[in-house]
Amino acid sequence: MIPLGHYLFVSAVLFAIGTAGVFMRRNLITILLSIEIMLNAVNLSFVAFGRQLGTVDGQIIVFFVMTVAAAEAAVGLAIVIALFRHRESLNPDAFTSLKW
Amino acid sequence: MLALIPAFPLLGFLVNAALGRRLSKTLSGGIASAAMVASFLVSVAVVLGLAGLPPDRRAVEQTVYTWIASGDFVLDLTFRVDPLAAVMILIVSGVGALIHIYSTAYMHEEPDGEYARYFSYLNLFAAFMLVLVLGANFLVLFVGWEGVGLCSYLLIGFWFRKKSAADAGKKAFVVNRIGDYAFILGVLLLVSRFGTLDFQQLASAVSTLPVEEGVFGVLSIATLLLFIGATGKSAQIPLYTWLPDAMEGPTPVSALIHAATMVTAGVYMIGRNAVLFSHAPETMLIVAVVGALTALMAATIGLVQHDIKRVLAYSTVSQLGLMFLAMGVGAFGAGIFHLYTHAFFKALLFLGSGAVIHALHGEQDIRRMGGLRPYLPITYWTFLIGSLAIAGVPFLSGFFSKDEILYETFHEGHTLLWVMAAATSLLTATYMFRLVFLTFHGERQAGASGTPVGATGDPRRASPPDVDASEHRLGAEAHRPGAGLHGQAVDPHRHGAPAHLHDAPPAMGLVLVALAIGAVLAGYVGIPHALGGHNQLGAWLAPSFAPPGAPPLEAAALTAEETALELALMGVSSAIAIGGILLAAVIWLRRRELAAALAERYRAIHTLLLHKYYVDEIYDAAVVHPIQRGSEQGLWRGFDVAVVDGAVNGAGAIVAEGSGLLRRLQTGSVRAYAGSMFIGVVVILGYYLWR
Repeated sequence: MIPLGHYLFVSAVLFAIGTAGVFMRRNLITILLSIEIMLNAVNLSFVAFGRQLGTVDGQIIVFFVMTVAAAEAAVGLAIVIALFRHRESLNPDAFTSLKW
Repeated sequence: MLALIPAFPLLGFLVNAALGRRLSKTLSGGIASAAMVASFLVSVAVVLGLAGLPPDRRAVEQTVYTWIASGDFVLDLTFRVDPLAAVMILIVSGVGALIHIYSTAYMHEEPDGEYARYFSYLNLFAAFMLVLVLGANFLVLFVGWEGVGLCSYLLIGFWFRKKSAADAGKKAFVVNRIGDYAFILGVLLLVSRFGTLDFQQLASAVSTLPVEEGVFGVLSIATLLLFIGATGKSAQIPLYTWLPDAMEGPTPVSALIHAATMVTAGVYMIGRNAVLFSHAPETMLIVAVVGALTALMAATIGLVQHDIKRVLAYSTVSQLGLMFLAMGVGAFGAGIFHLYTHAFFKALLFLGSGAVIHALHGEQDIRRMGGLRPYLPITYWTFLIGSLAIAGVPFLSGFFSKDEILYETFHEGHTLLWVMAAATSLLTATYMFRLVFLTFHGERQAGASGTPVGATGDPRRASPPDVDASEHRLGAEAHRPGAGLHGQAVDPHRHGAPAHLHDAPPAMGLVLVALAIGAVLAGYVGIPHALGGHNQLGAWLAPSFAPPGAPPLEAAALTAEETALELALMGVSSAIAIGGILLAAVIWLRRRELAAALAERYRAIHTLLLHKYYVDEIYDAAVVHPIQRGSEQGLWRGFDVAVVDGAVNGAGAIVAEGSGLLRRLQTGSVRAYAGSMFIGVVVILGYYLWR
C-alpha cells in the first residue's frame, strides 16, 4: 500500500504548481485553471487523510469542494468574459484601477 | 452711602456708553456732568459727617460684599473714608466736575457719537479714580489703579485715527504696566508676609515691627516695589516718559487725568501706606532722591520745550517730583497738601492752555503765539493766577504747599535735596512765565493762527490735533464753508480773521474762574504755624499717617529757632519765585534775542534739553529696540516660525511623506494582493511550525 506521505507530497507539489501558476501566468484563464489545480491538490490530501483515518468525512468535503469549484469556474469565466469585453485583454496586470 | 460716590459716574458711563449715539450733545454732556456734581455733593456730605467725629475715630467704612473668601484669608470689597481719602474724593469729584463742565464746551465740535464716547470715558475714569481713593485694601485700590490706567489709555488715544495719539496711548499703557508689575509683586509680598491687604490692619501689624534702619528687610523691598508702581503711575524717573506724550489727548483730559488726579495716585498710595513707608527708611531715601531728581530734570526740560502742553506736562512731572520728595522726607502732610493745591492750579493752567488752543484752532506751538492778552482776557488773567500760584508767589496756594515741602526737607537735614528743590522752584517760576510771556505778551507772531491751516509749513502742526481729528471724520463736509453738520460751529473759527479770536465760551470761562479762585484760596487751609496759622490740613490728615487707634499727636509747638528758620526759608523761596519771574521777564519780555543768544552760547546744553536728555532715544535703543529685535528674530522667526509652525507643519509633512510611501503598497493589481496574502500566510504558518 502506498503510504500517506506520498499522497501528501504529490498534493503539495500540485498545490505549489497551482500557486506558481496563479502568480506567474499572464492569462486570466490560465490563472483560473491554476486555481483548479490548487483545489484538486487540496482534494487529494482530503481523500488521502480520509482513507488513512478510515472515515468518510474527507470524501464528503471533496464533493463540496468539487461543487463549489464548478460554481466558481462558471462565475469566474463569466467575469473573465466581462473583463475581456471591457478591456480587450486577458492580462491581469491590465486591471489595476482598483486603488485610491 | 460711600458706594454712591463712584456709583454716580459709573451710571453716567453706562448711560453714555449704551445710549450715547442716540443722545444729543446737551443730554450726554449734561448727564456726565450731573453725575459728577452728584458725586461731589455726596462726597461733601460724607466729609461733613466725617468732620463731626472725634479726630482719632475719623473713618467711615462700607462693605459692599465679600469678594474673596479662601480659608483664613478674607477680602471684602470695602470702601473707607478717612481724612486722607476725604481730601482725595473732594479733589477728584470737585475738580472732575469742573472739568466735565469745561469739556461740554471744549469738545463741542465732535460729532454726537464721539462726544458721548468722550464723556463715557471721562465718567468711567472718575468712577475708577474714586474707587482707587476709597478702596480700603490693596486689591480694591488696584482695581481703581488699573481702571484709571485703562481710561488714560482710552482718552490719550481718543483721536485714535491720528497715529501719534494711538502711539502715545500705547506708550502710556505699556510704561504703566511695567510699574504695575512691580506693584503687584509688592502687594503679593505684603499678603504673604502679613496675610491681609487691609490698609488699617497692615498699618497695625507693621507698627509693632522695628524700623528697618540700615537694613533691607521685607518692608523695604515691599515698599520699594510699591514705589516702582508709583513711578509708573505718577510719572517719575525712570518711568516718566509716557506723560509728556500723553498730551496727544484732548486738553481737558490732560487737565483731569494727567495733571490733577490720576498721576497723583502714586503720591496718594504712599500717603495711604505712610506707616509702612515710615518703617523703611531706605526706601524713603530712594523716594526722596528720585523725587528731587525728577523735579529738577523735568523742570530743566520744561524750560526749552515749545509745545504749550508739553511745557505743562513737564511741569506736572516736576511738581509730582516735589510731592515725592515730601513723601520721601516723611512730610506726608506736606506732600498731600501740595497734591491738593497742585490739582487746582495745574488743572487751571491746562484748561487755560486749552482755551488758548481752542481760540487758535489747535495751535500748540508757543513760538507761533504771542500778544493774545487783549483777545483772551479771561484766559489771560486766570492763566496768570495759575502761573503765580505754581511759581510760589507769596500768599497764593502754591506758596504755602511748596514752602512746607522745602521747609520739611531742610528741617529733616537733607540740605542737598533742598538745594535741588529750590533750584526746581526757580526753574518753575522761569518756565511758567516764559510760557505766559511768549503766549500772551509781545507781538502777534507772523504765521500765527488765524491764518489758514497749512500756511505754517510744518505738516504735523498743520493738523491741529484738537480740532482736526473731528474734521478727518467729517471729511469734506466741514471744509464746505457754512455747510454741513458742524459748519456753523467750525466756520467762524476757520475763516475768521485774527481779530475774530474769541475768548473762552461761558462754560469754559466759568470753570477757569472757579479754578482760579481755588488756586488763590486753596492754600489757606494749611497756613503754617510760623505765619500764625494752624495748618488745619496737616492736623486733619495726621491720623491717616499714623497706625489706627494711635493717640493723636500733639503738634509740637515750634521753637523760636524753628519759626525763624521757617520764616527765613520762606523768604528765600519767595525771593527765588520772584527772581525766577523777573528772569523770565528780562529774557522773554524785554530782550527776546537774549534767549536765542543764550541758546546759541550753550548750544550743547540747549540741544540736550530740547531732546529731553535723549531719554526716549536711550530707552528706544536700550529696551524697545532689543525687545523688538528679540521678538522679531528670536520669538517670531526663531520660535514661532521654526518651532511652533515647524511642529505643526512637520506633523503634516511626516504624515504626507509616510502616506506617500505606504500608498505604493496599494497597486490595484489583484495578483500583488494575492501574493502578499500568500507570503503572509507562509510566514505565519512558518512561525508556528518552526517555533
